[in-house]
Amino acid sequence: MAIRERLSGNEAVATAMKQINPDTMAAYPITPATEIPQYFANFVSNGSVTTEFIPVESEHSAMSACIGASAAGARVMTATSSQGLALMFEMLYIASGLRLPIVLVNVNRSLSAPLNIHNDHSDSMGARDCGFIQLYCENNQEAYDNTVMAVKIAEKARLPVMVCYDGFITSHSIENIILMENEEVKNFVGEYNPEEFLLDDKRNISIGPLSLQGYYFEQRKEIADAMIDSKEIINEVSREFYKITGRKYELYEKYKLDDAEIGVIILNSTAGTAKEAIDVLRSKGIKAGMLKPRCFRPLPFEEIPEEIKHLKALAIMDKTDSINGYSGPLFSEITSAMYTSNINVPTVNYIYGLGGRDVKIDNIYEVFSDLEAIAKTGKVNKMTNYLGLRGE
Amino acid sequence: MAYSIKDMVNKEARFVSGHRMCAGCGAPPIVRTVLRTLKEDDNAVIASATGCLEVSSCIYPYTSWKNCSFIHSAFENAGATISGVQTAYNALKRRGKTTKNTKFIAFGGDGGTLDIGFQSLSGAMERGHDITYICYDNGAYMNTGTQRSSSTPHFADTTTTPAGSKIPGKSQMRKDLTEIMVKHNIPYVAQTAAIGNQKDLYEKAEKAIYTEGATYMSVLSPCPRGWGYPTDDLLPVTKLAVDTCFWPLYEVENGIYKVTYKPAKKLPIEEFLKVQKRFRHLFKEENRWMIDQLQKEVDQKWNYLLKQEEFTNSLDK
Repeated sequence: MAIRERLSGNEAVATAMKQINPDTMAAYPITPATEIPQYFANFVSNGSVTTEFIPVESEHSAMSACIGASAAGARVMTATSSQGLALMFEMLYIASGLRLPIVLVNVNRSLSAPLNIHNDHSDSMGARDCGFIQLYCENNQEAYDNTVMAVKIAEKARLPVMVCYDGFITSHSIENIILMENEEVKNFVGEYNPEEFLLDDKRNISIGPLSLQGYYFEQRKEIADAMIDSKEIINEVSREFYKITGRKYELYEKYKLDDAEIGVIILNSTAGTAKEAIDVLRSKGIKAGMLKPRCFRPLPFEEIPEEIKHLKALAIMDKTDSINGYSGPLFSEITSAMYTSNINVPTVNYIYGLGGRDVKIDNIYEVFSDLEAIAKTGKVNKMTNYLGLRGE
Repeated sequence: MAYSIKDMVNKEARFVSGHRMCAGCGAPPIVRTVLRTLKEDDNAVIASATGCLEVSSCIYPYTSWKNCSFIHSAFENAGATISGVQTAYNALKRRGKTTKNTKFIAFGGDGGTLDIGFQSLSGAMERGHDITYICYDNGAYMNTGTQRSSSTPHFADTTTTPAGSKIPGKSQMRKDLTEIMVKHNIPYVAQTAAIGNQKDLYEKAEKAIYTEGATYMSVLSPCPRGWGYPTDDLLPVTKLAVDTCFWPLYEVENGIYKVTYKPAKKLPIEEFLKVQKRFRHLFKEENRWMIDQLQKEVDQKWNYLLKQEEFTNSLDK
């Protein structure tokens, strides 16, 4: 029986973690993820989990301790945001390089400088090539569901998973949510039995060698292959999840996209605002639609171009700026995927909402109105645009 | 059981030959001796910071770590890594996934311990995991070619503190990490070196590993390339460091100091300096003051330790 609740995003994720009851959690407080280790420390103190909690002295040590614990054979989780994820950067690559199925919840927040505690996607997008699977979540329900699924995906793919949702907007807003029963979660994630681990009574192992020209390249290729293979694992775990919960997840979600003429690609909570805008536009006869990637790693590079190829105009929206003299990361990767699939839809990039700048429904209307103009002429006047910026 | 070198070397080694450490390096005998203190039925997980020991002992597809598991993840995080392993052990033991009695030991050089790994070490010690952290201290970043560390002795010539005509070597005194570890209020801290029949090193390592809670040891680990001594002279150089009191041997058990070796004849610091190329410039006429200064520093520290021993033993226990 599903449980109806009202929870904030962080509460929902902490609840998922409680139900998963991992062997070890190592975390360091950082806004807006802080509540997760706080809630979790309470579960530990009150005995509602049997997890060993390590209140480390930094995020670098959080990921280092997770790596040690995961290599030792434990099921391991952590949570962070922003500067914390940036401080972990070195260790993120090592977690994936050692093929450790660590689940990291990243509550998306901007990066300094200037210092800002509010939401954008600079943190996880900055870590997009670290070998973590990245699952993006629109709301509390998705954050909860993806956290539960992440454990299983990570362990099957032997890759770490980053669950990303928007700081404050999702992490601190209370929404209705449907939780699984404790037993359901327990059965879904199952026992973790790694093939190789430091504490195996049967044999000792060495992990983390120096590996030189003769082996390193093949070892890195195996990680790249694991990321490609994870696509099917994500689908398989999601199908299993659907059977239990009735909540369907794929590599991306389409919203009124199939018959749309103009469309946006957008991650996380702003997708909710875009859905509302699309409904209103549709009622006025404007054929608007959306594609919301759930997986950015692995990137559904073959599937996404197929889904948008019928559009007359497309906007790809980035809640971060690559500062590469060109565009945001979602735009550059998806347009590159379109090119390799020979799909030529007039496409425009919007950088929006940096540092928590509010994205209102009017901003989304503005994007669709630009798209209508592009659809008419087939011409993009300005490729990279800043949405909601004063003076734009 | 009383220490016997014969019994010790007859125990099965857990750090075995085939590693690629230099001839005359202090680290391999230290590691071998430390691991021989493990009870034969006990298992161990060893973590290593990036450094000479790690890059020479575990080169894919080989490993010198036998009858123990080994993990290396990065340079500055051996403390955090081993704390993760040890915490996982508590969880896995409870679930019956591992049944052996397992000890947890981290090794780091002075760079990985006193400098870049200082925070991670401090955190792990403060949290009180049941681990032993061992710094094999050769007084510089030897793996990358003898750059100064905060453990490099005052006035030493390194590749980033070269003895030049304006600045004659390292301008700063050594950071005293052993004392900083004492202030972490952990149950056991020791400073030792592999001298004579290795009794001091063995007994301290055994005590550190089998004391419950976080324990720390600094072990002097001479480096023939960085210090500039002939590879045959590892043991005499180590002995001179101890007999000049450049490297006092002592332990601090629950706050009580014990100086474990008091040289019958405390040798002048020159005796230690003159056998090493890194101090060659100190023997120029105009640099005599540097030797005098070093002697003063050594004497102060030695007297401090003797007083600490006297003082802490006078306290109510």
